[in-house]
Amino acid sequence: MKPHTLSVLVENKAGVLSRVTGLFSRRGFNIESLAVGTCEEPDMSRITIVVIGDDRQLEQVDKQLNKLIDVIKVSDITDTETVERELALIKVNAEPGTSRAEVMQIASIFRAQIIDVGSRTVVLEVTGDSDKINALEKLLRQYGIKELVRTGKIAILRGAKVVKASK
Amino acid sequence: MKTGARILIEGLQREGVETIFGYPGGVVLPIYDELYDSSLQHILVRHEQAAAHAADGYARASGRVGVCLATSGPGACNLVTGIATAYMDSVPIIALTGQVPTNLLGNDAFQEADITGITLPITKHNYLVKQTKDLTRIIHEAFYIARTGRPGPVLVDLPKDVSTTQLEEETETIPAIVLPGYKPTFKGHVKQIERAVELIERAERPVIYAGGGVIAANASAELVELAMREFIPVTTTLMGLGAIPCDHPMNLGMLGMHGTEYANYAVTESDLLIAIGARFDDRVTGRIQTFAPHATIIHIDVDPAEIGKNKPVDVPIVGDAKAILQGMLGRLKKRAEREPWLSKVRYWKEKHPLRYRQDGKLRPQYIIRKLSELLDGRGVIVSEVGQNQMWTAQHFCFRRPRSWLTSGGLGTMGYGFPAAMGAHFAQPNEPVFDIAGDGSFQMNIQELGTVAAYNIPVKVAILNNMYLGMVRQWQELFYDRRYSYTELPAVDFVKIANAYGIDGMQVEDIGDVEEALKTALATDGPFIMDFRIEREENVFPMVPAGAAINEMIGGHES
Repeated sequence: MKPHTLSVLVENKAGVLSRVTGLFSRRGFNIESLAVGTCEEPDMSRITIVVIGDDRQLEQVDKQLNKLIDVIKVSDITDTETVERELALIKVNAEPGTSRAEVMQIASIFRAQIIDVGSRTVVLEVTGDSDKINALEKLLRQYGIKELVRTGKIAILRGAKVVKASK
Repeated sequence: MKTGARILIEGLQREGVETIFGYPGGVVLPIYDELYDSSLQHILVRHEQAAAHAADGYARASGRVGVCLATSGPGACNLVTGIATAYMDSVPIIALTGQVPTNLLGNDAFQEADITGITLPITKHNYLVKQTKDLTRIIHEAFYIARTGRPGPVLVDLPKDVSTTQLEEETETIPAIVLPGYKPTFKGHVKQIERAVELIERAERPVIYAGGGVIAANASAELVELAMREFIPVTTTLMGLGAIPCDHPMNLGMLGMHGTEYANYAVTESDLLIAIGARFDDRVTGRIQTFAPHATIIHIDVDPAEIGKNKPVDVPIVGDAKAILQGMLGRLKKRAEREPWLSKVRYWKEKHPLRYRQDGKLRPQYIIRKLSELLDGRGVIVSEVGQNQMWTAQHFCFRRPRSWLTSGGLGTMGYGFPAAMGAHFAQPNEPVFDIAGDGSFQMNIQELGTVAAYNIPVKVAILNNMYLGMVRQWQELFYDRRYSYTELPAVDFVKIANAYGIDGMQVEDIGDVEEALKTALATDGPFIMDFRIEREENVFPMVPAGAAINEMIGGHES
């Protein structure tokens, strides 16, 4: 059982997302994260899904997704060379004084942007792979995280290769 | 100018639809107004569930797409069981539902239900039509999706304003199908077909396990040829009955929970299992780990998701069963014999035949065998679900595909009677029998009104034991005879039929069975037979839940 990253091209139509997520819940597949947005093709969207399961479950996920009429292409890119990113917005306690200085220092080490400063809090924006964001979150926890928002993971193949609809 | 309703009706006609089953209501008034003077035949049922089952029965018996129509909200919801039944058994139907006008969608308007949401997991695909200009394309796509690949139900939800909006008449061009995400595989992979051929030539103890996919693909002739030329015994699933004639020397009958002992023994001892259009359902395999334990498995299926879903397979071949079997037949050399395997199978067949007690009492197996004898290969047999279904599957001799309709996957009580109505419109010259239980029949008994109104000649043989028989059987065997809520009070079905103007006969004596069946056959319209059978007759042999399929009980009852 390990996390798999699926890149799924779908038709950009109403209800596609509920077809995909409905399939996962009724077949008992576990979604770790999901990110959806438009892509290079005007009538399509790309969904990046991280799903946990063994090889047989993943084969079923792949085949069942492919059965959906609106799903054009499913690629398991787990074992391919990819660049992966997630984005998180973190509102953390930062009282003026030492703690604020420390938070800003940690942010700079992680190349996180400070995108809002309040009298007692700051909001950090950080991108990276899941491990990096987890590490930052862990470090900031001692100051008190007020709110945390993460996008799902998105991923793209390295080099010239692409995940696209086959002709 | 042309309304959406008109465009819909023309779309149906273009797809070759002749008969639809439906029930009117508020938001489908514009559609019904168009139907009023259209050439389409509309059968008014008494409950929308029956419309869905009738469309399903029509589709199974004809091999074409069945169509049902209901209004929004409760009408659409009443179709749900019928749609789920068709989905589980891969039956191509189109369910047309009315919907509240688009400006009220999501408003909890009167008779609004999110039917596309509700049917998401039980349709192959569904559509909510938002604009009249999309209607022609969607109707065309819906039929294409329903009948191609692995067939299945498609629902099209039609808001009232989509039906009433008028469009300029256009030049009649049916749009080409553009579905980039839907490309069903038809031809099997040549390398895989060659591997399968090689395995068949080498096998010593092969068995074919044929399912409903053989019938859906119209591949029965190829199946029988493969069995005959290569001397391979064939067992079928419940859905596959009729794919090979019951009295064919290679036929082993049904396998699985209530299968024949010899089919289950043959599968268990086989060294090569050729699954064709079957899906390794739990009612077939019993304990999956011990199913065909010595066999290399070839799995032919049009749906790649069925390959390896329940059981790992050695040679998967995705595609149309007919095309793949033809490919195999073209490569296989004719065999001289396949001994000693066939003599072993013959020995099992002789030693462990299907049997039942013949003691002069009115037993259901006798009735079914008698009907089988009288029809002699003619007719369409539809069943309900439960003991009636299993007795029919075991004891009726099916000789041709599409002569046996039953709810296999979902196991829907109440399926048979309305499905039999649909079957009549598909095969109008064949006698149609619904083999029912008293429980199942009462689930859609209101359709007596429909068969009476249109004089639909469906004959209903109720195997009346005043129990929910199959559940009672399990209570007898596994719950210490505690018959919790499975006893049904006596009903005079003939009187009910009479109230609708339908003739019927109550039979208590075995000597009157033949007369009742002959009277039914000689009657022009519908006919009801109320057979008061032995109340605690069981379906045997039986594989208990969780056991291996060769661990059957009740097979040797004298």
